[in-house]
Amino acid sequence: MIDIQNLSKKYNDTTVLDIESLQIPKGQSVGLVGNNGAGKTTLFSLFLDLIQPTTGHIISSDIRVDESEDWKPFTSAFVDESFLIGYLTPEEYLYFIGELRGQTKEDIDALMVKHADFFNGEAIGQKKYLRDLSKGNQKKVGIIATLIGDPEVIILDEPFANLDPSTQIRLKAIIKELSLNPNVTMLISSHDLAHVTEVAQRVVLLEKGKVVMDKVKDAGTFAQLEQYFMGISELHAVPVEENAAPVIIEEE
Amino acid sequence: MFKLFANLEWKSFVRSAAFKQNLFLKIIIGFFAIVFLLEFAGAGAVSFYIIEGLIEDGKITATNPFEVVNKFLIYWFVIDLIFRYFMQKMPVSNIKPLLYLPFTKGKIVKYALGKTVVSFFNILPAFFFIPFTVVLLIEGYDPIGVISWHIAMLSITLLLNFLNVFLNNLNKVFYPVLAILVALGVSQYYGYFDVTAYTGPAFEFFYNQPWSFIIPLALAYVTYKYSYTYFIKELYLDAGLQAKHEVAKTENLEFLDRFGKISTYLKNDIKLIKRNKRARTTFIMGFFFIFYGLFFTAGIYGGSDFGKVFAALFCTGGFLFSFGGLVPSWDSSYYKLMMSQNIPYREFLLSKWWLMAVVTAISTLLSCFYVYFGIEWLWAILAGGVYNIGLNGTVTLLGGAFVKTPIDLTSNKKAFGDSKAFNIKTLLLTIPKMVLPVLIYYAFALTISDAAGFIAIAVTGLLGLLFRDRMFTLIENIYKNEKYDTIAAYAQKD
Repeated sequence: MIDIQNLSKKYNDTTVLDIESLQIPKGQSVGLVGNNGAGKTTLFSLFLDLIQPTTGHIISSDIRVDESEDWKPFTSAFVDESFLIGYLTPEEYLYFIGELRGQTKEDIDALMVKHADFFNGEAIGQKKYLRDLSKGNQKKVGIIATLIGDPEVIILDEPFANLDPSTQIRLKAIIKELSLNPNVTMLISSHDLAHVTEVAQRVVLLEKGKVVMDKVKDAGTFAQLEQYFMGISELHAVPVEENAAPVIIEEE
Repeated sequence: MFKLFANLEWKSFVRSAAFKQNLFLKIIIGFFAIVFLLEFAGAGAVSFYIIEGLIEDGKITATNPFEVVNKFLIYWFVIDLIFRYFMQKMPVSNIKPLLYLPFTKGKIVKYALGKTVVSFFNILPAFFFIPFTVVLLIEGYDPIGVISWHIAMLSITLLLNFLNVFLNNLNKVFYPVLAILVALGVSQYYGYFDVTAYTGPAFEFFYNQPWSFIIPLALAYVTYKYSYTYFIKELYLDAGLQAKHEVAKTENLEFLDRFGKISTYLKNDIKLIKRNKRARTTFIMGFFFIFYGLFFTAGIYGGSDFGKVFAALFCTGGFLFSFGGLVPSWDSSYYKLMMSQNIPYREFLLSKWWLMAVVTAISTLLSCFYVYFGIEWLWAILAGGVYNIGLNGTVTLLGGAFVKTPIDLTSNKKAFGDSKAFNIKTLLLTIPKMVLPVLIYYAFALTISDAAGFIAIAVTGLLGLLFRDRMFTLIENIYKNEKYDTIAAYAQKD
């Protein structure tokens, strides 16, 4: 159970996130959508106590994340490349995370075998350090690392970006399987509305730091989201007539 | 065209991370740059007369100051090359976005190489050589010879500049060469073998045969041409502009598991040092510090107790100071991971501490050869080693907690070093590191005996070991308090 109350984050009077109240029951997988600057990554950073909230707080399984560190054992995340250790091979990285999460080497080997199709013959066993892998292959390793040690809360920031089509399909399968597990709560952000509506049980739409839509997914969700985002882009479009004479407007 | 390039250059300079720091640091950096230039200019102007004085006093045996300068020029150029190797940035970084734009490749390369010429490393020597040449002219040396010599010196400087472009990719050559040069320097110091007997006349040759400046000038031109063609060939994304990929090997290092929980981090730290250029350089340079004490075995510090204590701390603690002072910045590129994983700070720090303690112990053993200079040297080394492990390890970690400079592990070039790494707090923390042991030594050596002085240093180190856990708690709290600032600072890219 995740409980967010009055959460806001300001930088020099610019509010980048302002969520009055958001509850996520245990076992739910939530898709987070929103344009650039909507506050998705800010929310994740607050969740991982990487930045401090201006007001309010996040409670994850009765633990206030900015006060106690006890959320760490049951939470895993992959937000960006700064979650990877560049000078390790993918195997070493997974073993390292495994050791931190109390797993044996054999557990990790089993995990790698289980997801061999996800790696698609790349990333693992390539005699390359993580820093030398392509963005897509780095991401594969980062995502699999979040599955280590049966975490109860998994946070993935744009997991589909940079992945090749085969891996996207396999990632969707992995997320769907996890979302059936009643112990695993997931927060996944994406710019791809089709992916989000396919894997998430609930969709939260952020715009300029505020929750503007929050609903359990149904057959019409995709169309609704598309409608909404089309509306935003039309809002910012410059009408053709005014576009023709911008200099005159300036002079006035 | 030139205007465009100049504009780009100006923006990259003004907007670079080093420049964006606060005004205070900017002034300090600018101040030091000017002080350096003035010092070199001053040295160029007065060194002739100083050496002349020394010759008259009989401290140096030579017929004239010019001969002495020529004798030591080889070391000047060696040091020049070493500094370039570590500090001078190669101009490849900004080239990529220019590649597809409508310039010829020749222009891009000329621009990049031209950029290296106007660097601080070429201006600084000019500040020495120009006044020195003027003095030579005033002192009645043959003007044609002096000018030939002067052009030769500046040509060699440029030669080194272009040479460094290649050296950059040749680690395997660099370190053996460095070791040989250190050995040559030491052997000259003790009069076993004098390399300058051969190089001195070579530099004088440029004066005696005024046409001969053509040789270095031509060589400089050849290296320029060579680096030009070399760069043009390398100007592809899959050639010179490609980041070097090493063949990776998964390592187990399971033998470290006996260290218990900290082994997880210890294994990582060893890989960190083995696989990253910057960390590796720090490690290797740490060992070169062992020879630092040789400067104190003779000369003005020769035989002084101050020299012994000071040297012992440096010889045994080279790695400790250079590596430890930058904990936790070594982990800056994945700091967010470390902060969101289940990692107790104490174990993380303890692993670094053990690494420093073990390397310091090894350095101490290696430094024992100083016993050759007298048994007191051995006592000093042992006392220094104990003090470094016992107290300085923890104090260094404490200082590191305030350092928030992200480290780019893969490169070891930073003009002016990490200026951010120096701040008032870290400066204050060098007092217990360096000054305290010297004070302790004198307090006991003057009142009781030399032996008591050394014992007192070692005992202080052991006391530090006793209070280690308490100090770790303090460091842990600092880490917690500074957590968000540190994450934000590490997220900034150059």
